Amino acid sequence: MNNRYLYCFNGIVKREILRFFQQRSRLLSALVRPLLWLVVFAAGFRAALGVSIMEPYGTYITYQQYITPGLCCMIILFNGMQSSLSMVYDREMGSMKVLLMSPLPRPFLLCCKLIASALLSLLQVVIFLLFAQLVDVDIPLMGYVSSIPAIFLIAFFLGALGLMLSNLIKQLENFAGVMNFVIFPMFFLSSALYPLWKMQEASLWLYWLCQFNPFTACVELLRFALYGQMNILALTTVLIATSIASFFALMSFKPLHGRK
Amino acid sequence: MSIVTNELTFYYGKKAAIDGLSLNINSGFNVLLGPNGAGKSTLFSMLTGLYQSASGDIKINGYDLNHERAKIMQSMGVVFQQSTLDLDLSVKQNLTYYAALHGISSSQALENISEILSQLQLTQRLNDKVRSLNGGHRRRVEIARALIHQPKVLLLDEATVGLDIDSRKMITEYVGSLSQQLGICVLWATHLIDEIAADDQLIIIDDGKIQAQGISGELCKKHNVADVYQLYRSLTASAEIS
Repeated sequence: MNNRYLYCFNGIVKREILRFFQQRSRLLSALVRPLLWLVVFAAGFRAALGVSIMEPYGTYITYQQYITPGLCCMIILFNGMQSSLSMVYDREMGSMKVLLMSPLPRPFLLCCKLIASALLSLLQVVIFLLFAQLVDVDIPLMGYVSSIPAIFLIAFFLGALGLMLSNLIKQLENFAGVMNFVIFPMFFLSSALYPLWKMQEASLWLYWLCQFNPFTACVELLRFALYGQMNILALTTVLIATSIASFFALMSFKPLHGRK
Repeated sequence: MSIVTNELTFYYGKKAAIDGLSLNINSGFNVLLGPNGAGKSTLFSMLTGLYQSASGDIKINGYDLNHERAKIMQSMGVVFQQSTLDLDLSVKQNLTYYAALHGISSSQALENISEILSQLQLTQRLNDKVRSLNGGHRRRVEIARALIHQPKVLLLDEATVGLDIDSRKMITEYVGSLSQQLGICVLWATHLIDEIAADDQLIIIDDGKIQAQGISGELCKKHNVADVYQLYRSLTASAEIS
C-alpha cells in the first residue's frame, strides 16, 4: 500500500479508537445492554423458551447459549449505528468537511471509517464473550478465532448501513427515530432471540419478514462461525447486503449539487 | 498560484446563491468582502469541492476541480467559518489527524509546521485538549492545521468572527504576512471592513455576483469614494457591515 494511504488509514483508525476510549460510557453501555439480556432476560425466559437440538449445536443448549450470537450482533448493530451518529455529529460540527477535503479518494476514506468501526465492534464483542463465559455460555476456543472474519464482515455491513442512514438523517435529534425504525425492527425481526421455526408457528408473515431480514443472516453467520462452521446461505446474504449498503453509503457522500 | 472561476452558478432550490460568478485571483492577500448571505461561504464550499456548481468551472493552480480534485486538495488549505476541530482531541492529535488525511506522517507534519506553531504561540499547547482553548487559540490551531501540508492556496472564511480585538489583529497580521513569506495565494472572506488595508486586493461580492475587483485604494478612487466603507455601501444593495 502506498505510504500516503497507510498514513491516512492509521490516522482515521487512531482517531476513532481515541474517541471511543474517551467516551467510557459508550463502552460501558455497549456491554451492559447485552449482558442484561444475557443474565436477566435469558434467566427469566430459559424455562419458557427451551431450545431443541438444532444446527450448529450438536446437543440441547441453554437459552443463554442460543441468544449469545444474537447479542453479539446486537453489539455490532449498536456500534454501527453509533458510528453513524458520530458521522451526523461530525457533519453538524463541521469536522466532516475535514475528512471530505482529503486528496485521497472518498471510497477509501469511507472504507477506513468502516474498518475502524469494525475493529471497535470486534473489541466489544470479544469482551462480551469473555463475560458470557461466566454465565455458562460455552464457546470453543477455536470459535473465537473462526468468528473474527464473521464479526468483521457483519460490522462492515452494519457500519455501511449506518453510514447510509447518517446521510438520510438531517439532524442529530432525528437519530432517535433510527432506534425505533431501524435497530428495534432489525433486532426483533430476526433469529437473535428465538429460532425462526418458533416464529413460523406463531405467524407465517412475521416468519417471512424475519427470513428476509439481513440481520437474521448476520446472526446465523456468527452462530455457525462461533462453532467453527460456515453457513453459506448466511454468508452470501451478508456479502450481498454489504455490497448494496456500501454502494448506497458511497453514493450518499457525493457533493451537494447546486442545480435549480 | 491562482484561483480562476468561470460563470459559476449555484442554486438553493430556485434561489441563485452564486449567479454567473467569474473570478481571477493570483498570489498575495486577496480579500473577499460581502454582507451575510452574499454567497461567500457557498463560493468557498464550491472551491473546496464540497458543493458542485450547477454550471461553470473552477481552476485552481491550473487544475480543473471537476477532473483533478486530488491535485487541488493537495495544494489547498482551508479555514472554515465554523470550527472543524475535534474538541475532545488534543491540539497535536487534531493536527496529526489532518496530516494523516493528506497522507503525511505525524513526524513529518509536526516538522512541517514547527515554525508556524512557534509563531502562533502554540508549541506549549500541543498536548492541551482543544476544548480547553479559547476562541482565538482554536483559530490559530485551525490556521496551523491548514498549513500542515504546505499548501499553495489558503482559503479563510470569516476566520476572525467572534474573536476579541487582540486575537483578530494577531490573526489578520499573521495571515497577511503568510502570503508574502510563503508566496501563496490567500483568499480571505470577511464582512469586517476594518480588516482591509488600502493595498489589499479586494473583491466585493453581493447577491452571488462580483460587484468590483481591484486594489482597495484604487477601487475607492475609481468609484470616487473616500473609503472602503463608502465603496461597499455604494456597491451592495443590502449592506450589513461591522
